[in-house]
Formats: sequence, structure tokens, C-alpha cells
Amino acid sequence: MEDISQNNIIVAIIVLKDKKNKVGGGVPIFYVEDKEEQKKISMLLARLMLGMVHDLGNGIKLIIKH
Amino acid sequence: MIEYGGLISTSIIIGTFARAFMLRIDYRQFPSFPHSYIIHLTMGMIASALGAIVMPALLAKDYIAITFLTIGAQQFREIRNLERNSLDRIESTELIPKGSAYIEGIAKLFEARNYLALITSLATGIIYYFFNLIPAVILGVLVAYFLHLMVKGPHLSDIARVKIVPLTIKEFNIGVDDMMIMNVGEEKALEKWENEGIGIKIIPRDENSRATLFNEGQRQAILHDLSILMGVKLDKGMQQFTPLARLKIDKGILNIIIIPQEPDIEFIREAVKRIPVIESSQRKPLKSLMGRKAAD
Repeated sequence: MEDISQNNIIVAIIVLKDKKNKVGGGVPIFYVEDKEEQKKISMLLARLMLGMVHDLGNGIKLIIKH
Repeated sequence: MIEYGGLISTSIIIGTFARAFMLRIDYRQFPSFPHSYIIHLTMGMIASALGAIVMPALLAKDYIAITFLTIGAQQFREIRNLERNSLDRIESTELIPKGSAYIEGIAKLFEARNYLALITSLATGIIYYFFNLIPAVILGVLVAYFLHLMVKGPHLSDIARVKIVPLTIKEFNIGVDDMMIMNVGEEKALEKWENEGIGIKIIPRDENSRATLFNEGQRQAILHDLSILMGVKLDKGMQQFTPLARLKIDKGILNIIIIPQEPDIEFIREAVKRIPVIESSQRKPLKSLMGRKAAD
């Protein structure tokens, strides 16, 4: 049987409210008011899902499981 | 008195001494002390005993007894499997695993060292028969020493130059020079990388080194050894601090990002230089005609 496990998939997206048209569906999306809340929520989610926080530089943070 | 008692006991002692000398425990902690140490020392003694009885068997014209050596060879091959399985099993307990190339190297090494003990005691036995006790001891020790020198593999300093550089941090991207290696989204983690992270550049000297560094097994071994020697600030849930090694594909330079426990740059550089080259990762394209012609 082939190994069909996926690696390095996005498990959550945390995006600033005013940039919400930059993301679509497919994974849980969390809308936040400002950068402070974004920082807090992304850190919490990363710890809960044992994933890693990445920042795309345009107001979007991702949680990716490696 | 056993016939040839002096010959046999001298050979066994020299052979075991040779094995014990090679059994020094270094920072890599293999074999693990004390049980693995005892296992290997005893196997060395058995190997020496096998080598020691070759001469007396030939002199007594008991040629069938030489086939005992094949039983020994079988046992030593088993040792390789044993070590490999045992090391594979504890891989999952390591934060930065050794990688299978490293493990293969270790397992082969243990098999080979038993043969070295056998050869040493065989040589000692032959010299004892043709000369006397004192030449046998001296030349036996010399044989052991030469064999030991012969199987010493190269270190990283032999195949590459090592430079410690500061990390380049652009927005959330961490890298070495102009190459981005990791994206870290957490501000606190980024701060830690900025304050305590370092970059290591391993620059290959020629085509052979380039091909060796290209091998994933070698890279994993470098990261593992670094984490033991220099310590790395890492834990299970903190993947953002994982050290990474990536090749700069144009020149074959290996760039490593790491947060070491030991902050002293000179020590880090010396430690990297002493990391051994993995036997199964060694490549020598310059030995082929096409390789030499293609070399720039």
C-alpha cells in the first residue's frame, strides 16, 4: 500500500479582518482584529495542534504541520 | 602446559588489547557504557582467540580447524545487524535523529573492528612462531596501530572549509547570506533566532566534497553531531527552533541555521571541522574519467 500520508499541510489560517478577501476556504480560517490578537491566537493554535506558525508577510499567518 | 600456550596467550592478549584500544568512548557515546562496552570487548576477545589458534592449527596440520574462522565471520556479521537494529530502535527517542547512513556506518565499524582484532592476533601468532615473545608483542602492537590508522576516515575539515556567519533575517524569513531557509511566524521565536542563532557555511573544496555534501545522510549526521557537541536549544513542541541544513545549489555550499547552547564561535567551528565523513556518503566523481573532464 502506498504511503498516502500528507506532510507539510496547512491546518489553519489566521488573517487580519481587513485582508479577508485574500484567503479562501478548505481549512479553518480565524479572522482577527489586529496584529496583537493575531500573534496571540496563532501562538495558541500552534501549541494546540503541534504545528508551526509561518507568516506570509501580507497580514496572513499560517499554521503548518510538518 | 598447553602446546603453543605462549603463542596463543600472547596473541589473544595483544588482539584484545588492540580491540580495547579502539573501544574508547568518545562524545558520541557508542558503544554505550557499560553493557555494550562489555559485549564488544568480549567479542573482541573471541575474535582474537580465533586468530590466535590459526597458527597452532596449521602447525598441527589440523587444516579443518581453520573452518572455525567462518563461524566467527558469521557471528561478526550478526553483530552488524544487532547494532543496526538497536540503534534504529532508539532513533525515535532522539530530537535530532542520526539518520540511517550514520547508523550503517556505526554498524559496519563494529563488524570491521572485530576483524581487525582477529588480524592483529593472527599476525602476532605468526611473528611469535618465527621469532620470539618480545618481537611478537612489539610488532603485534605496531600492526594494531597501523590497522587503526588505516581505517581512520576523513573529517569535515579534510573535505571542506567551515565559516561561521551571522544569520540574515528579512521580515519573518531566516537564512544565510541571500538564501532563505526557514520562515518563522512567531515574533518571540524570531527574536530568539536573531539574538542567539548562528549560521554555518560548509564550503566544499572540490567535486568529491561537493558530491559528499550532496548526500542527505551526511547532512543529517552533521546536524546530529552538532546537536550533541554544541547542544541545540530545542524541544519536542518547538519546531520553530529546529536546526536546518540546505544546499546552495549553485556552488554546492551547505548552509546550516542553528541555535547552539554553546555560544563560543571558535569552539563551534572546531567542532564542525571534526565531524566525521560518513563512509556510505563518500563520493569520488574525480576518480572517473568523465568526472575529471567535467570538473571545472
